[in-house]
Amino acid sequence: MRSQNRTRLNSLRRAKLGLLGLASGALLFAGIAAAQDKLGKSPRLTGPSPATENIPAPPLARPVTDDIRKMRNYPEQPPVIPHSIAGYQLSLNTNRCLECHRRQFTEASGAPMISVTHFMDRDFQILSDVAPRRYFCLQCHVPQMNTAPLVKNNFIDMTKIGKGRR
Amino acid sequence: MTLTRRDILKMQAASVAAAAVGIASKATAQPVPGGADALQIKWSKAPCRFCGTGCGVMVGVKKGKVVATHGDVKAEVNRGLNCVKGYFLSKIMYGNDRLTRPLLRKRNGVYAKDGAFEPVSWDEAFAVMAEKCKAALAKKGPESVGMFGSGQWTIWEGYAASKFMRAGLRSNNLDPNARHCMASAAAAFMRTFGIDEPMGCYDDFEHADAFVLWGSNMAEMHPILWTRLTDRRLSHPHVRVAVLSTFTHRSSDLADLPIIFKPGTDLAILNYIAHYIISTGRVNRDFVDRHTTFMTGATDIGYGLRPEDPREKSATGAAKAGAMTPSDFESYKKFVSDYTVEKVAKLSGVEESQLKALAELYADPKKKVMSLWTMGFNQHVRGVWANHLVYNIHLLTGKIAEPGNSPFSLTGQPSACGTAREVGTFAHRLPADTVVTNPAHRKQAEEIWKLPPGLLPGKPGYHAVLQDRMLRDGKLNFYWIQVNNNLQAAPNSANETYPGYRNPENFIVVSDAYPTVTAMAADLILPTAMWVEKEGAYGNAERRTHFWHQLVDAPGEARSDLWQIMEFAKRFKTDEVWPKKILDADPAYKGKTLFDVLFRNGTVDRYPAAHLDQAYENHEAKDFGFYVQKGLFEEYAAFGRGHGHDLAPFDTYHDVRGLRWPVVNGRETRWRFREGHDPYVKKGEGIRFYGRKDGRAVILGVPYEPPAESPDKEYDLWLVTGRVLEHWHSGSMTMRVPELYRAFPGARCFMHADDARERGINQGAEIRIVSRRGSIRTRVETRGRNRMPYGVVFVPWFDASQLINKVTLDATDPISKQTDFKKCAVKIERV
Repeated sequence: MRSQNRTRLNSLRRAKLGLLGLASGALLFAGIAAAQDKLGKSPRLTGPSPATENIPAPPLARPVTDDIRKMRNYPEQPPVIPHSIAGYQLSLNTNRCLECHRRQFTEASGAPMISVTHFMDRDFQILSDVAPRRYFCLQCHVPQMNTAPLVKNNFIDMTKIGKGRR
Repeated sequence: MTLTRRDILKMQAASVAAAAVGIASKATAQPVPGGADALQIKWSKAPCRFCGTGCGVMVGVKKGKVVATHGDVKAEVNRGLNCVKGYFLSKIMYGNDRLTRPLLRKRNGVYAKDGAFEPVSWDEAFAVMAEKCKAALAKKGPESVGMFGSGQWTIWEGYAASKFMRAGLRSNNLDPNARHCMASAAAAFMRTFGIDEPMGCYDDFEHADAFVLWGSNMAEMHPILWTRLTDRRLSHPHVRVAVLSTFTHRSSDLADLPIIFKPGTDLAILNYIAHYIISTGRVNRDFVDRHTTFMTGATDIGYGLRPEDPREKSATGAAKAGAMTPSDFESYKKFVSDYTVEKVAKLSGVEESQLKALAELYADPKKKVMSLWTMGFNQHVRGVWANHLVYNIHLLTGKIAEPGNSPFSLTGQPSACGTAREVGTFAHRLPADTVVTNPAHRKQAEEIWKLPPGLLPGKPGYHAVLQDRMLRDGKLNFYWIQVNNNLQAAPNSANETYPGYRNPENFIVVSDAYPTVTAMAADLILPTAMWVEKEGAYGNAERRTHFWHQLVDAPGEARSDLWQIMEFAKRFKTDEVWPKKILDADPAYKGKTLFDVLFRNGTVDRYPAAHLDQAYENHEAKDFGFYVQKGLFEEYAAFGRGHGHDLAPFDTYHDVRGLRWPVVNGRETRWRFREGHDPYVKKGEGIRFYGRKDGRAVILGVPYEPPAESPDKEYDLWLVTGRVLEHWHSGSMTMRVPELYRAFPGARCFMHADDARERGINQGAEIRIVSRRGSIRTRVETRGRNRMPYGVVFVPWFDASQLINKVTLDATDPISKQTDFKKCAVKIERV
């Protein structure tokens, strides 16, 4: 896996999708332009108009299950989960996530190992397994549904701000 | 052959890698492009913007933009951790629809209630606003103007708002949305201990042997405190966790004792536990005799509905809902003996063995117990009682005010404690637990504020739900909403909230960073600076006061709530708003603006802008010419210093990761009322509940009483509303972060599969949830994170397209005036 260029991999995938759905892509861009209207008309953000109206509820979105790692917005961001976790049990007695992501299981599973910070206790000492305070994975790591954001976010990547880069 | 996920991954990666050969990529890795300087990020501390836990966050800034955030390793609360919302703080300010200019409804170039929003200057915005405010004052007096704030106001914003409304406009119609959130907890603190907020602190998590969650889902709503609780439970096998709820949720996953009870019957369970403690001889008699006093509460106290509602007319105790009369141990013992295990098991639907196991956790003198609660108790038509009843148990056993023995009321907003409660932005409160109804307290405020005697009004103003009713009835005509989204949050909103906003007699102003449902229903929208776009201070649930600097500039013309209040105050002359009698008695106040008398009073403007930390900007100091935040804070701190609410000097808080008050001689207090920990308890006293004159805490005898509305033949299901981990409250920040939005993109109705089947509804199908008040359309979820018992449905309220509060009932606790968002009756129809 080390030899893989993740950026290339993702941009390629995007390019492929783009070719397949050029028309829908154009629609998507039009959608973003509309959202740039300062009083964007996404009912999920600003409500029905007027607020007392009832509007249809869109179908429940399905989770992204492509297993493709998403670049983090910044190094300390918890990675999102690129697969379904339906039916996963995380309880006092069992943790389904760790069955793949625990250090000892990663060779067999191919899943990323839980980060080194996850072995640290409250005083930042390394324990021999996941720290109890990090036991419930879903407090930081969340799956993603297959749905477009409601509004563009203008957050800028730190590498795009700096000397000679702007 | 069966393919595992791993096999598929491998194949996918190989094929994609092969196809990629020969394609040039721009993003090749160079060593340190732009030199080492380009790598530098300026890191500063700030509290998290979201819940009442009050995690410390490190905020990374590069060229005026927040580029990263993470948990502060030096913050005692979270020691380097954040929940998923906290980790995405970096993106909350950058939604593309940030409001950057004031917007006024206009037609033909002038303000019109039915006009469309048009950008206007701040000058025009304030001019129209002042005109409308003065018109209301002239026509109907101070009771016709009001303000609705929040537990997300910074300390000085809430303080400035309180001064402006009470002293400036002479109206107590000021309330925070914290009324919806923890008014019941605050009322019970005052009634039981005579002083607000928890005696313990988060250090209790590392000392307790048992945790009992009363209607709280900490795993989703207080995730970082949940990590501390989880740490304790998994690291120490003797520790036990009991989770009581009306449905099964993520917190139940850690529970040794998961208990599902019928809505509202927690009151009976709590009285049963008291009965169990007494009947098994485990009362800590020494503690009870020396440190407690028994009282009986008024009963049949109604439901805080409009007075013409038959449920109010028939409630015999509604007129004196808060009354408490002296009692004694024997009477109390007899009173709770009615709550037998058999009777309570039948009422609550909980097995007898579970009830006994729960009671034993409290009764066992060797077990240190931490009880935790938030909205399950507080949003309850008997919320004040529920708080009392859990204190009863801790007081009977003496399990209180020491490490690990801790009844702990959690809060939902970052400064529900620091601002709404400590500053006193409720309709009846003044700073540091003083109240508008007490002439001595008003006199103290007038002295500290350097205002003429007799200026402050002594009648409590309209509370949150009453404000909505008065807007609808046309009695409240000028209304300013800051830092909250009340049209999404308020109960029975289509009947009681929206009509008031659109009532042609009223002028509604909303200050917000984003166009929310509430903003869209306003007449004037003011673009607002948020979080680290201004210097701020919050107070969390463990009495911790913490500060941050302005780290970036707000976009466009957006300004902080503080700037807005102070600037607006310039639009009023004392002669226009204060009684002639007061001005004649003190002519020095004549001809001044409210800005002059409230903010240029020699105290607030005492610190020159030169006192600022030169490493940070401060927009307000630049505009007003003095260190506004420091002046306001130091004036405010005068209320509490020497009175059990001592705050450290202003500058200290910029250096430390927060301090828990009272801070005396530079030392914070972790456990109040306990000798050796609390400087207000004298040597030899051991324990003293000094908030009350007799030094004793109240054990209150109050019964189980039913909810305001229960399911019947037609409306056959309980509706419970609440939140999800990924979205904070109404979602106005988190829904604009793509990762958080995509994690939980829309509300839904969590429902038991049998309830769905009986109605012929499949997973994911569209339904209509209907109550006597209104309805919404949503989708059915029978397999989600919340596992509902038969007969109960849950809907989160973050989704503006599914305003579940059109369905809820505006019943409140009659004592605290806090809405019960957890219990009403609905039916479900297929669409």
